[in-house]
Amino acid sequence: MPQEVGKQYSELLRKYITHEDETDLYAAQQVSRKFIEKKISPEEVISLHKTSVEQIFPDLSSRIGPSYDFLIEIMIHYGLALMEHQSLLRKQEAMQIEMDVAVKVQDMLLETTVPKVDGLDIGIVSKPAKKMSGDYVYFIEQGNKEACVAVADVMGKGLPAALCMSMIKFGMDSLREKATEPHHVLEVINQIVEKSMDDSMFISMFYGKYVESTSTFTFGSAGHEPALLYRAAEDRFVELDAKGLLLGISKDVDFQQESVELLQGDFIVMLTDGVTEGRNAEGFIDEDVILDMLRDVKNLPAQQIVDHLYTELFKMQNYMLHDDFTLVLFKKE
Amino acid sequence: MSNRSSVEIFTEWDIVAARQLGRNEAKNSGFGTVDQARITTAISELARNIYLYAGKGKIEIERLSTDGMKGMTIIASDEGPGIPDLRRVMEDGFSTSGGLGAGMPGVKRLMDDFKVESEVGKGTIITATKWLR
Repeated sequence: MPQEVGKQYSELLRKYITHEDETDLYAAQQVSRKFIEKKISPEEVISLHKTSVEQIFPDLSSRIGPSYDFLIEIMIHYGLALMEHQSLLRKQEAMQIEMDVAVKVQDMLLETTVPKVDGLDIGIVSKPAKKMSGDYVYFIEQGNKEACVAVADVMGKGLPAALCMSMIKFGMDSLREKATEPHHVLEVINQIVEKSMDDSMFISMFYGKYVESTSTFTFGSAGHEPALLYRAAEDRFVELDAKGLLLGISKDVDFQQESVELLQGDFIVMLTDGVTEGRNAEGFIDEDVILDMLRDVKNLPAQQIVDHLYTELFKMQNYMLHDDFTLVLFKKE
Repeated sequence: MSNRSSVEIFTEWDIVAARQLGRNEAKNSGFGTVDQARITTAISELARNIYLYAGKGKIEIERLSTDGMKGMTIIASDEGPGIPDLRRVMEDGFSTSGGLGAGMPGVKRLMDDFKVESEVGKGTIITATKWLR
């Protein structure tokens, strides 16, 4: 142990025993910080205390000395626990760095640009509950005339999930130039996933395509949460669902495909179960609550609607996300 | 007094005997109170591992004096089952989290030099040295 801090401790203790002044205790706090900084272990501090006390009260040393030896013995394990804790912290830091790299890789793999299509307003919110998301959104635009979107939930997290998402992305990219009917896209991606991923990995996915010339939205679903269609003229919500098995379960799956025409003010909300299965203190948040929230802000631009919904639901869940949260909104202007 | 002394470990009482021997040797070698406690704790951990996992074995204490350096070495040997996964037992948190004690990383920290030789089915020899500063 550095002599200097030892001497400082001794003098401070002597001063305090004489005057019992708060100033000395404040100074002791500073010394304590210095001890930690210089990595002086608890047992060494007690040994230092013992030496100091023996100097201040030489007559007492034979009587109280053994009690300090006893305490030193006790504190050895505390000292070890402290060192172990520090070493684990360093390990955690290293893991954190690795994790950050993985997150960056995911962000890079999953980058997507919101399409610009005449007459269509698009909003998106996607928030991971932990560092890496299991939700995935990917857009494809065809020259201002068509907007396609995939909203997927990968069951499984971390890097394997991210790799899975990259398959969806490359599947969609490879179909970009061809006839991209939703049921066909789902079939192709299902085959890729089924072939390349292990059996424990499943994906639910909603795929939609908006065509500007006809204002139609065509969609298919692979076991995903139904989307919600808001009919402005009737002020009511309709569920958009289509039959289809989760991706990656079986090689040959037929995916149903449906179509709706969007009228002015209509919007479609595509989401993941992180939205519908939000929990507050009383249990699951009721779907009607979500529908009412949407109704309240139906006249706002698409991005503001999804932002509002996210903020409100986040608040209701006590500022915690239990699951990845993704909302995509297509609004007919 | 010779440079080497030992205690056979069969019962839990032998752990105490090994501690006592180690503390006396450390004191006589000139180690301060804190280092005496550290050496004794290391011996205690090693002896306890022998008692718990090998059933029987031996703790030897050797006083060192080389090139003007003084110190002491603990040699813990047994003919027990050996350690199948050395890397795991040397990992932090492996034994302490379960309240099993300081474990091998603890012994390593308490001492200056530390060496394990272990063969599954044959036994384990752990050598740990502390130098006098």
